Amino acid sequence: MSVGPTDHSRRLIPALAVASLLVVILACSLGETPMALAKVLTSLLGGGDATSRTILWSIRLPRALAAWIVGASLGLSGGAMQGLLRNPLAEPGVLGVSVTASLGAVIAIYYGFSASFAPALQIGAVVGALLATALIAFAAQRVRDMVGLILIGVGLSSLAGALLSLLMNLAPNPFTLNDMVSWLMGSVANRSLADIALSGPIIAAGALILLMTRRGLSALTLGEEAAHGLGLDLTRTRVLVAIGCGLATGGSVALAGAIGFVGIVTPHLVRPLVGSDPGRALVPSALAGGVLLVLADVGARLVPSDNELKLGVVAALFGAPIFLWIAARRSAQGKAQ
Amino acid sequence: MNAPLLCLQKAVVQKGQKQILKGLSLDLYPGELVGLLGANGSGKTTAARSLLGLVPLSSGSALIGGDPVARLSATARARRVAYLPQSRPVAWPIAVHEAIALGRFAYGGQTGRLSAIDQAAVDEAVQACDLNHLLDRDITTLSGGEAARVHVARALAAKAPALIADEPTAALDPLHQWTIMQVLARQAAQGSGILTVVHDVTLAVQFCTRVVVIKDGECLASGPPAEVLTPDLLAKAYGIDARWTCDADGSALVVHGPAVRDL
Repeated sequence: MSVGPTDHSRRLIPALAVASLLVVILACSLGETPMALAKVLTSLLGGGDATSRTILWSIRLPRALAAWIVGASLGLSGGAMQGLLRNPLAEPGVLGVSVTASLGAVIAIYYGFSASFAPALQIGAVVGALLATALIAFAAQRVRDMVGLILIGVGLSSLAGALLSLLMNLAPNPFTLNDMVSWLMGSVANRSLADIALSGPIIAAGALILLMTRRGLSALTLGEEAAHGLGLDLTRTRVLVAIGCGLATGGSVALAGAIGFVGIVTPHLVRPLVGSDPGRALVPSALAGGVLLVLADVGARLVPSDNELKLGVVAALFGAPIFLWIAARRSAQGKAQ
Repeated sequence: MNAPLLCLQKAVVQKGQKQILKGLSLDLYPGELVGLLGANGSGKTTAARSLLGLVPLSSGSALIGGDPVARLSATARARRVAYLPQSRPVAWPIAVHEAIALGRFAYGGQTGRLSAIDQAAVDEAVQACDLNHLLDRDITTLSGGEAARVHVARALAAKAPALIADEPTAALDPLHQWTIMQVLARQAAQGSGILTVVHDVTLAVQFCTRVVVIKDGECLASGPPAEVLTPDLLAKAYGIDARWTCDADGSALVVHGPAVRDL
């Protein structure tokens, strides 16, 4: 019996892991003062001159790592959410955690916390993400089906979005408003290893929880009733995915602001290689998301412009056309059947 | 006699003001292919789903292998009873062999990580449903009859002692209906207990070892199909005026129209 897609996925995961390493090293070597790859490697390993080490450890490596972590987290969450909701258009923010995390950060800017204490911005986003995650997890335990959960997520999104607009509306001065808008566009510029240390564990916890749901997501392919019959605890799966996505996505928003499309698009990019089983697509989707976002950030840095391009903008500029292409291909396939 | 594989005892299901099951009792023993019959809305699917813990009972009990279903873990339940639901939406274009391998979920098996026991169960189910030539096909491109066989194979791959099948022959052509019922009858002959919701009374007579006829959430009759499914009972259960026509090869039900009341 042919095993089909698994053969590819066994090779794909190591390949994507190597690609992840390569793009991070590449991102470290590119910049306003290009650094030879050999120099990057020696500096990363503790050799080289002090200036190079500072540039790498304080600026380029944290930035590249942050981009990879956020991309991986969004790719993983997107894959899990599409699997849970059995919907190819689902994205990590569909349950409202992203917007609530953004709201937390904007509150920190509005009240000036972030001006006096820089990590306040990230802490605000983390608090927002955790509150939203708790609410969604509580709802996931009580709703009868996924539609109920989506409706609560949409409601939470709208409410957080409205409050966010209100704060922007009432912004005390143009500088505050500018800070808010700039943060909302999404970026990993000027991130430090300390920033990663704050959001990283939250994202990692979310990722681990999501990986636990892999088999359940595969079973859900046959529908909720059949999955129940197969021996899946539906409520437990819903709650785990809600918490996992909440932590991973919320942590990502805290680290980089709102970055769209990576979460929706990445699972679709790996499916032709690993097959459509949503459980099996999770790990490749995470690794591919990391690679994509590091490349997008390299693009954002290299394009010459007066204002630095924001990563969220670049991701959307790349992601939206890919999304359209996937949508067009899907409907073409639908017609062929 | 051994404990029944599945057992509903005086089950009451209340949905808002309406009582869907009114103290229904039924059971299933190894080797039986029990047909659950009744008009639309009589409570067949609710009875099946309450046995699986999908519908909470207001009173009475639903037992699987003697244990209340609510007290079994999802895995323990799935190892005792497989379930083929009425609606079978497939969300992603997975391969047929992947769908069937999901039948081993309760044992930790799925494509890429099937143990020898899992693989043997899958192969047996593939054989029973004659799916060898379709294994690598995308399940979403199959015809209705082929897809129905894949879903049955998925349920059989669990190798649970009991199977609940909700209208496994719905929307199938006569050959596929016959094929599916034949597969279920063979499984029962090999010792499984199968409870299936059926609408085709002729098929029930042909294949089922016993039928349970439900009307308005209550059991109207239970027993061997040829004895139970008399024109009188069919008039009560379905409100039809129907007669059996028999020849040497078997009997078929001919429906003449709605039953005339107060005959």
